[in-house]
Amino acid sequence: MSNVVTITGVKKLYKMGSEIVAALNGVDLKIDSGEFVALMGPSGSGKSTLMNILGCLDRPTEGSYKLLDKEVSRLSDDELAGIRNKTIGFCYQNFNLLSKLTSLENVELPAIYAGFNKTERRKMAMAALEKVSLADRAEHLPSELSGGQRQRVAIARAIAMKPAIILADEPTGNLDTKSTVEILQIFRDLHAGGSTIILVTHEPDVAQSADRQILVKDGKITKDIITASTDERIDII
Amino acid sequence: MLFTELLKMAGLSLVANKLRTVLTMLGIIIGVSAVIALVSVGMGVRKNVTDSISRLGSNLLMVMSGSSNRGGVRGGAGSVQTLTYDDAKAIKSKIKDVAYVSPTAQGSYQVVYGHENWSTTVTGVIPEYAAIQSLTMQSGIFFTEHDVDVRSRVAVIGTTVATNLFGSVNPVGKKIRVGNAPYTVIGLIASKGQSSVGQDQDDVVLIPLTTAQERLLGITYVRSINVQVANADKMDEVQANIEKLLRQRHRIRAGAEDDFNVRNLTSLMETMNETTTMITLLLGSIAGISLIVGGIGIMNIMMVSVTERTREIGIRKAIGATYNSIMMQFLIESTMISILGGIIGIFLGIGLAQAISKFGNFTTVISSESIIASFGFSLFVGVFFGMLPARKAAKLDPIDALRYE
Ligand SMILES: Nc1ncnc2c1ncn2[C@@H]1O[C@H](COP(=O)(O)OP(=O)(O)O)[C@@H](O)[C@H]1O
Ligand SMILES: [Mg+2]
Repeated sequence: MSNVVTITGVKKLYKMGSEIVAALNGVDLKIDSGEFVALMGPSGSGKSTLMNILGCLDRPTEGSYKLLDKEVSRLSDDELAGIRNKTIGFCYQNFNLLSKLTSLENVELPAIYAGFNKTERRKMAMAALEKVSLADRAEHLPSELSGGQRQRVAIARAIAMKPAIILADEPTGNLDTKSTVEILQIFRDLHAGGSTIILVTHEPDVAQSADRQILVKDGKITKDIITASTDERIDII
Repeated sequence: MLFTELLKMAGLSLVANKLRTVLTMLGIIIGVSAVIALVSVGMGVRKNVTDSISRLGSNLLMVMSGSSNRGGVRGGAGSVQTLTYDDAKAIKSKIKDVAYVSPTAQGSYQVVYGHENWSTTVTGVIPEYAAIQSLTMQSGIFFTEHDVDVRSRVAVIGTTVATNLFGSVNPVGKKIRVGNAPYTVIGLIASKGQSSVGQDQDDVVLIPLTTAQERLLGITYVRSINVQVANADKMDEVQANIEKLLRQRHRIRAGAEDDFNVRNLTSLMETMNETTTMITLLLGSIAGISLIVGGIGIMNIMMVSVTERTREIGIRKAIGATYNSIMMQFLIESTMISILGGIIGIFLGIGLAQAISKFGNFTTVISSESIIASFGFSLFVGVFFGMLPARKAAKLDPIDALRYE
C-alpha cells in the first residue's frame, strides 16, 4: 500500500517569552492508505499539535510533511485551505457544527467551498448522512439532536468530500458509553470501506478500536505498535 | 457558484439577527434620507432664485442710478438720481440690438375707492413694460404712448388691488384716488399669482411714467431702466454701448466714475446659481457626514459580530474556506446592510422632501443626482467600513478560532 502521510523530522516550536517550548520535538511517522491509527499520550504531550499539522491547519517549524506524495509543509494559507477542503475530514470533541444550519446544510458546507452545484452537493451530503444512518435527521438543527447524533453529523461532514484521511480529535470525549460504541462502530465501518483514519484519544478502550497505536510523549513518538495482529496494548502511564 | 452561496450565507445571518441588522441600517437610512431631503431644500432655494430672476425677463440689462463702486461708504445704487426718461429714449433710439426699454418710477401710496382703501406700490411705466413683463389683460386695455405723452390720469391695476377695492365689481371705468387725485381705471391685469419668493405679483397699480413723475411723485428722474436685448450674444456689447452713451449724456469726464450702473441679469443669475449650488453642496455634505457616522456604526457592529462568530469562522476555515471566501462573506453582509439602508433611505428622503414642500410650504426639488450620489456613497461606506471587520475575520488563525470559547 502507498503512503498517505510521510512525516520526517517534524518540530513545532513555540516561543514563550525567552524560552522555546517544543510541542513536537522531532517526529517521524508514516501512515499507509487504509490504516486506522490511534494517537495516544498524556495531556500536553503534543497530540493536538501533531493533529493540526497532519490536518494542514498548521505548518511545522522544521521538517517535512508529505501528504499523498506532495510536500505541504511550506504551502500558503489558501493552498492549505484547499487541501483541508478536498483531502482531509475533521471530527472534533465538541462536534463544531454550525448551530443555525440543519444537518444537511452542515454536511454540504465543504462542497460549497469546493464549488459544487446544489444538486451535486445535495447528493454528496445525503450519501454521507446515509453512511452514518442519519438521513432521517437531515432537516434537523444540531440543537435538536443528541450528542451521538451530532457527532455522526460531524463525521458525515468529514467524509462528504471523500477525503484521503479522516482526523478525529477525541471524538468520543463528550459522549456517553452507548454513543461512544456507536461512533467507534462507524469508524470501524469506514475503515472497512477503505478510509484512512487517525484518531486522538487518551482512553485505551477507544484506542483498542484502531489497528495501530502510537504513543506520543513530550513531543516525540515513544511507541508505535500494530495491535491488529498482536494483543499488545499501550498504557499511557 | 460560491458567490451566490456567500450571498445566501450573508443574507441568512442578517435575517437571523433582524433587530441588530435594522439598528445598524438606521445610520445609513438617516444619512441617505438626510442627504436627499437637504439637497432637495437647497435645490428648491436655487429654483426659487432662478425663477424669480428669469421672470423679470430674459436677456435683461438693468440700468440703475448711482455708482456701482464697491467698498467705500458711498451710497448704494439708486441713491444718486441721475437717470431720466430721455436717457431711456436715447438708449432705445441710438443703440442697436435693443428690443425693449422700460424705465420705471415708483412710490408707495394709499389707493382709495369710495370707502375702501388699499396700500400698494404705484409704478409709473411706459407701454413696453407690458411686453417685457408679458402682461395680459383680463379686461380693459393697457395705456398707450399717447397717455404717456399727455400724462393721462389713467391706471391699470392688478387683481389683488381690484379685489380689495372693488370686490367682485369690474373696476374698468371706475375712478380711484391716488395721492388725492382721481385716476380712471382702464385695465385689469390677468392674475400672475405669487412669485416663487412669495411676493404677490397682482398687488400693483401701473400709471403712465410721465404722470407718475410729474403729477404724482414730483420728480424728473426714473428709478431704473430695464433694457431687453434682442440677442443673448449681444448682451456685453449692448451693455458697453449703454455705458458709453450714458457717460456722454451725463457729461462724465474720462477717469471719473459712472453715476449709474448697468447690471446684467444673466450674469447675476449665474452668480446666484453658483451661490445656491454651493449652499446645496454644503447641506449635502453635512448630511453626508451622517452617512460616514452610519458607516462607522456598521464597522462597530461587524467587529462585534466577527468576534462573536470566531468559532464559526474557525469551523469554516477548517473545512476549506479560503481567505477570500471568509472576507467576501462578511463584506457582503456589510454591503447588504448599506444597500438595503440606502434603498429605504431613498424612499424616506423623497417622502421627507415631499413633506417639507407640502407642510412647510417650501419648494423642494428632488434630484436624481442626489439620489444616485447618496446611494453610491452609502454603498461605498458599506464596502469601506466593512473591509476592516471582514479582513479581521479572514485573517483569523483557524486553530485559535476553533479553540475560542
Ligand atoms: N499556540 C501555542 N503556544 C504556545 N505553546 C503551545 C501552543 N500550542 C500548544 N502549546 C504547547 O505545546 C504542548 C503540546 O500541546 P498539545 O498539542 O495541545 O497537547 P495535547 O493535545 O497532547 O494535550 C503543550 O505544552 C502546550 O502548552
Ligand atoms: Mg489536545
